[in-house]
Amino acid sequence: MELLGIYHYWVFAVLLMIGFYAVVAKVNLVKKLIGLSLFQSAVFLLYITMGKVSGGTAPIFLKDMIDPVFSNPLPQVLILTAIVVGISTTALGLGIVVRIKEEYGTIEENEIQEIDRR
Amino acid sequence: MTDLSIHLPAIQVVAPMLLAPLVVLLKPRGLAWMAATAGSIMAFLIALNLAGQVLAGADVRYVMGGWAEPYGIGLRVDEFSALLLLIVNGASAAALLAARRSIDDAIEGDRQPLFYSAWLLTLAGLCGIVVSADAFNIFVFMEISSLASYILVAGGPDRRALPAVFKYLMMGTIGATFYLIGVGLVYMMTGTLNLADMELRIHEVADQRPILVAAGFITVGLALKAAVFPLHVWLPNAYTYAPHAVTVFLAACATKVSLYVLLRFDFVVFQQNLVGHELQFTAFLMPLAALAILVGSAVALFENNLKRLLAYSSVAQIGYILLGASMISVAGLSAGMLHMFNHALAKGTLFLAVVCLATRLATFDLREMAGAARAMPWTMAAFVLGGLSLIGVPGTAGFISKWYLVTAALEQGWLGVVLIVVVVAGSLMAVAYIWRIVEAVWFTQPEVGAAKAETASMAEAPLLMLAVTWAAALANIGFGLYTSPQRELAEKAAGALLGQLP
Repeated sequence: MELLGIYHYWVFAVLLMIGFYAVVAKVNLVKKLIGLSLFQSAVFLLYITMGKVSGGTAPIFLKDMIDPVFSNPLPQVLILTAIVVGISTTALGLGIVVRIKEEYGTIEENEIQEIDRR
Repeated sequence: MTDLSIHLPAIQVVAPMLLAPLVVLLKPRGLAWMAATAGSIMAFLIALNLAGQVLAGADVRYVMGGWAEPYGIGLRVDEFSALLLLIVNGASAAALLAARRSIDDAIEGDRQPLFYSAWLLTLAGLCGIVVSADAFNIFVFMEISSLASYILVAGGPDRRALPAVFKYLMMGTIGATFYLIGVGLVYMMTGTLNLADMELRIHEVADQRPILVAAGFITVGLALKAAVFPLHVWLPNAYTYAPHAVTVFLAACATKVSLYVLLRFDFVVFQQNLVGHELQFTAFLMPLAALAILVGSAVALFENNLKRLLAYSSVAQIGYILLGASMISVAGLSAGMLHMFNHALAKGTLFLAVVCLATRLATFDLREMAGAARAMPWTMAAFVLGGLSLIGVPGTAGFISKWYLVTAALEQGWLGVVLIVVVVAGSLMAVAYIWRIVEAVWFTQPEVGAAKAETASMAEAPLLMLAVTWAAALANIGFGLYTSPQRELAEKAAGALLGQLP
């Protein structure tokens, strides 16, 4: 039961490993980038789920609240920044893939290595 | 007029960051270079001022927007950060000052403002990492500097830079994300992101396992970014195919800033709070450092491309820095820090000489560089000085840090003897690979025919470029004979990091 109770960590770990596998094992550069995005998203989930306080609501203070319980907003704020970083990384990565396609005519890693070796 | 001097830690980061979008607008030829260089030199002067304040005994702290720590975001400049600020800003200023012609060759005129803008963002990010006292802020600045430096590396005309930078992006992002996971785990257990506050609150944490996992993630993530052997595979190609000026900048400081974060995080947050962490730290990093020295130097021995040879030598030099740090003694740590400074000087000089060579030479294959020194004696003389410093010949900056490293190793008993053997073996290999270059450019006769005609038409590099290269080369000698400022910074920084240890 204890293992199921922390299921969000399992989601985090499984997503992280799927992403990491794609980064390492795929030869297509776009698929590698998709893996990288998954890898980063897993970490976003880790942060967001750990800010949850059971019974807590969104941290907006209303007039008639008595002893409100709020979820921790800070991890969400942090992860907003990390999402922006993730998007810029993916965008820049895709930009580089476009340039690679222009120069090499392929986006398969093994074919690029083949061309460079010649 | 208000006194700006208390805001210097913030200005150090904000000035290049604000200059970056402005530079994009400077379309007329040469203006972007002038603005970026002026900004970078100003940043160097700020770094000098901050280092002066720190040497005078001040503890420079700054709270952004007046929100007190640990709730607000704090900036802090101590001896260690001052040393790194000098390296980062010095390398950037020297590289920009020297590299105008080289960048003109590598990048078309209308793309140059964007290139300089990315350069300034890299500088701002690296400075931000060094002055920040907040773990998450360090992550953000790390990504700013990395994203901008991917652009710099990919900016050159060589298409092989593109796969290299893709690999760099993949590994850099994985490294930074590992760091983020580690910070998340620590935050989960302590509820704070401020490094100093983390150290205090971690005492209260009953269950140490998440902290231990965090230490693992942070160490591996930052080792990836710092190109610690065997996680260095992104480095050689990225350095080799980047525009030459970028190689000067990044080789001198980018990996060292990641090492800085690794050491700071580990020594401030983990060492005194995790049971037995010193032993784990040493047992994990010391073998890697020794292997980095041996393997990096050995690969450099057999490499024929000049830039790639120097890149592998950088892998070895990161090993020396880490070797010093992994001894966990004041002497070892200060030797490592001193080597950060001295290696930046030596490698900076060598790559600046490469920039000079690149203005006249089409190839960096050692077998085709025969007799290049006859046409460019001044450039190659500066190269030899940088090479001597890299080897660690007495009288140069490199000797000082290796001397300290060996002295520190002697304190380690029988293990120290092994370490000294590693250091000496690495230095001997450095003698050999630097000699290969010197032999090729000074003593080999150029082949008769086409190659001879090419060398005959070669001339010295442009004057400003040569002047900066020589200034860097002479600094190697200067800091080898007069060692006090950087040694004092390194020793105080090592003392401060280790001060809290039992």
